[in-house]
Amino acid sequence: MADIKSLEEKFQSIVDAETKIEPKDWMPEAYRKTLIRQISQHAHSEIVGMLPEGNWINRAPTLRRKVGLLAKVQDEAGHGLYLYSACETLGIERDELFDQLHSGKAKYSSIFNYPTTSWADIGAIGWLVDGAAIMNQVMLCRTSYGPYARAMVRICKEESFHQRQGYEILLTLSKGSEEQRAMLQDAVNRWWWPSLMMFGPTGKESTHSAQSMKWKIKRKTNDELRQQFVDISIGQAEILGVTLPDPDLKYNEETGHYDFGEIDWEEFWNVVKGNGPCNKERLAARVKASEEGQWVRDAAMAYAEKQAKRKSEASKVA
Amino acid sequence: MKNWPLWEVFVRSKQGLHHKHVGSLHATDEKMAIENARDVYTRRSEGVSLWVVESKHIHASSPSESAELYDPANDKIYRHPTFYDLPDELEHI
Ligand SMILES: [Fe+2]
Ligand SMILES: [Fe+2]
Repeated sequence: MADIKSLEEKFQSIVDAETKIEPKDWMPEAYRKTLIRQISQHAHSEIVGMLPEGNWINRAPTLRRKVGLLAKVQDEAGHGLYLYSACETLGIERDELFDQLHSGKAKYSSIFNYPTTSWADIGAIGWLVDGAAIMNQVMLCRTSYGPYARAMVRICKEESFHQRQGYEILLTLSKGSEEQRAMLQDAVNRWWWPSLMMFGPTGKESTHSAQSMKWKIKRKTNDELRQQFVDISIGQAEILGVTLPDPDLKYNEETGHYDFGEIDWEEFWNVVKGNGPCNKERLAARVKASEEGQWVRDAAMAYAEKQAKRKSEASKVA
Repeated sequence: MKNWPLWEVFVRSKQGLHHKHVGSLHATDEKMAIENARDVYTRRSEGVSLWVVESKHIHASSPSESAELYDPANDKIYRHPTFYDLPDELEHI
């Protein structure tokens, strides 16, 4: 046990030298736990994130929109799978991860607990929600754990299509009728603040941040990423001709960044704790899908086992 | 819930290149593993050929033995072309 400390020091020096940590390498237990928590939470978010958008697939206004949305939602399923796969390299089983999601023990991004009430919401999600996710994921391409970083590289390659398809939906609405423009503005009004909350608590309240930065799991703080997102969104909102619902949004000559208003942290924590508009519905949908699909998974396994048995018996006879 | 077996997936991105490990997935048998690998890892023509190997069949070297395994190669510089002294004017070699 005396050499745990020296192992930890060696580990830190590997991380400091920007060498990736791979699954079979020694790592501190807390590093492993932090990664399992973060990667699984990320995976669950991709999976639950299909629900609000899936809501509009068969109501998409044109075939062009429908194939785009369908492909995007399919990608999100893929992202979930890359991430579960990365998480399993840390020594946790897939069914355990699902159990944690279904029992409510594991969290997923709170943004998906908001409803998609109009078609414009699909555009707003692509632009703002995927946009905010990209900001975080680009940083994570350089995370210290190899399998996580590799999954992120794949994901980032696919994300830019998501954001562009969303923005194009909004751009079309912005050139449409008065009702369509109102629908666009309404969607932006509802999605703006929850998108800013996606970056997580601000400096003082962010519990895991300092250690995660030291281990280079994270490379930027929640607040830095949030600021970056605000800064790039201003010009994009202008092209759409929408206003962002924040009267305090103003360019600050001194900092070179946009100042923005106070985030409603009470709302944030309330949704995290399970009291958002759709928390119960989202979780119930996942649990239902899992329970009702159980017999299919069991049957597929039984079939495969039977086939394998037949094959081995046949080879014995021959 | 019982897990389906875990499979490692390898993709050849184009003819002439090696298969490269891209990740894993769960499937009941090799046929399903190939089909799932196609949907999960090659949605944008990332591959022309797939290998799937049940993860339990992969044997890996251990990082704690890496010194014994790889250090012996470090001092064998005579395995590299630059070890041999030849005149500058010598060409095509
Ligand atoms: Fe995604
Ligand atoms: Fe996305």
